[in-house]
Amino acid sequence: MALEYQYLFTRIQVRGPHYQGVPLPAGDDTRTSDGGFSHLLGKIGDAQIGPFYLGTYGVLALFFGFIAFEIIGLNMLASVNWNPLLFVRDLFWLSLDPPLPQHGLKIFMPLAEGGWWLLAGFFLTLSLAMWWARSYSRARALGLGTHTSWAFAAALWLYLVLGFIRPIFMGQWSEAVPFGIFSHLDWTAAFSIRYGNLFYNPFHALSIVFLYGSVLLFAMHGATILAVGRFGGEREVEQAYDRGTAMERAGLFWRWTMGFNATSESIHRWAWWFAVLTPITGGIGILVTGTLVDNWYLWAMDRGFVAAYPPIATPDPYLTGAGR
Amino acid sequence: MAVLNFEKKYRVRGGTLFGGNLFDFWIGPFYIGFFGVTTFFFTIVGTALILIAAAHGPTFNVWRINIAPPDLDYGLRLAPMRDGGFWQLITICALGAFGSWALRQAEIARKLGMGMHIPWAYGTAVFAFFTLNVIRPVLMGAWGHAFPYGIFSHLDWVSNVGYQYLHFHYNPAHMIAVSLFFGTTLALSLHASLVLAAINPKKGLPVASPEAENTFYRDFIGYSVGTLGIHRVGLFMALAAVIWSAICIVISGPFWTRGWPEWWSWWLQIPIWRGL
Repeated sequence: MALEYQYLFTRIQVRGPHYQGVPLPAGDDTRTSDGGFSHLLGKIGDAQIGPFYLGTYGVLALFFGFIAFEIIGLNMLASVNWNPLLFVRDLFWLSLDPPLPQHGLKIFMPLAEGGWWLLAGFFLTLSLAMWWARSYSRARALGLGTHTSWAFAAALWLYLVLGFIRPIFMGQWSEAVPFGIFSHLDWTAAFSIRYGNLFYNPFHALSIVFLYGSVLLFAMHGATILAVGRFGGEREVEQAYDRGTAMERAGLFWRWTMGFNATSESIHRWAWWFAVLTPITGGIGILVTGTLVDNWYLWAMDRGFVAAYPPIATPDPYLTGAGR
Repeated sequence: MAVLNFEKKYRVRGGTLFGGNLFDFWIGPFYIGFFGVTTFFFTIVGTALILIAAAHGPTFNVWRINIAPPDLDYGLRLAPMRDGGFWQLITICALGAFGSWALRQAEIARKLGMGMHIPWAYGTAVFAFFTLNVIRPVLMGAWGHAFPYGIFSHLDWVSNVGYQYLHFHYNPAHMIAVSLFFGTTLALSLHASLVLAAINPKKGLPVASPEAENTFYRDFIGYSVGTLGIHRVGLFMALAAVIWSAICIVISGPFWTRGWPEWWSWWLQIPIWRGL
């Protein structure tokens, strides 16, 4: 089939006046003035930028987020003696670490020994909470369901388990994740090794299944909708209550391929649950690590699901003396 | 049950890539086609080989079954069945079945007048598998570098290969791939939430329009990519996650043999920082 029917790019952009959007209820703030158009964005999606709704929650979220960002950034800058060039060079290596182990769950401690970390986490959490309230209030202002907010809450659960709930169960803030590019990766690797390989944690396994499953679902769903683009497949909401030929073809494709199919509404329920269960199961997996289970490998041995290998496939040369 | 009430008018002849009308029929809901037959053949043979290989092993516990590739000593040669030959034949059957499946998807898409997005997307995943178990082992000179077939044994392989490069999170392609996996899942949750929120609005209100969907995202983050655009973004991110995953493993070994944290030293050595 000809390439122009593959709907990979918008070939002709139709440009009307800047659209302010569905009216807001009385009592809401006004939207910012329009943000113009981008021809490049118009190639893949809508060309219109803005308007934007700031509102009380938006202002608070940006304000608290800015404080957290500044605490983290200035601590990193201080750690390279306020040298801007060193800051850029070492940026990925720099880190704002959680409190030292001896401070336990204390709220007051020297700033340099974890106080800054606690403050940054506090303001970041406030910022995210305000952003959650914003997601809820913006949906309600337009009369929409609040599905976005509950999906966001699932991500907040994982975030809170990592930085707040699990450290409390362990009795130490020092158990939490540092703020930093390489340092949070180091934390992740060390966490897995410390607790005997996280791959044997069943909740970690579930979380990975939902993560990969979500990517698979988006590939399937995105590809399906684009493939029926010339029948108007992207009009998913209308096709949910008034099925047209696009959704009939999309459904039959999967029915003929694998024996069953979703509908315009149900595919988004599959997608929502796969995406949302990723952080929910992941958070459970982190929370029970170190609190209920100390070594996942030994735990798996006890339950008999570690892979079966031949006794010793290759003798260790150091054990046989050949290596000396 | 097998044929939906609107399905009959879509069940027409034609669109096949191979075999003409010979295999152009359905069984229950499934379309067959020439590539349905080849998929079936490779799947049956491959599954049977897995069961026979498992029978030679110590367990039928589905979590513990491990069908390993040949030892490194065999290089790129064929190995005796019980020393990796099973793994080699299973790999051939897997690639045969995956390739047939992609071509069958192409035939079904042609039959329904659809674009070729789905077979290309599926082909990308097959390409990642091919990279892991064919391209990289060939570049490194031994089938023994491929991953074993087993639920927990393939996780052990991931773990062990990761630590061979000291700390795999420092692999820049791995960083991009993981970011794309998380990003795709985030985008999927946002897209699914938005559509469900429009179809299931606040109690008592009618189903919301795409204008409301666009307005929500413009209010929320200042931009709405739109109903068509989000599917382009989602498909692109999902396929990019797979492609970068293939890249991150194929460069480990063939092009970089030391620890990945060490790779970053080029950044510390660029002339801008001289004298710091």
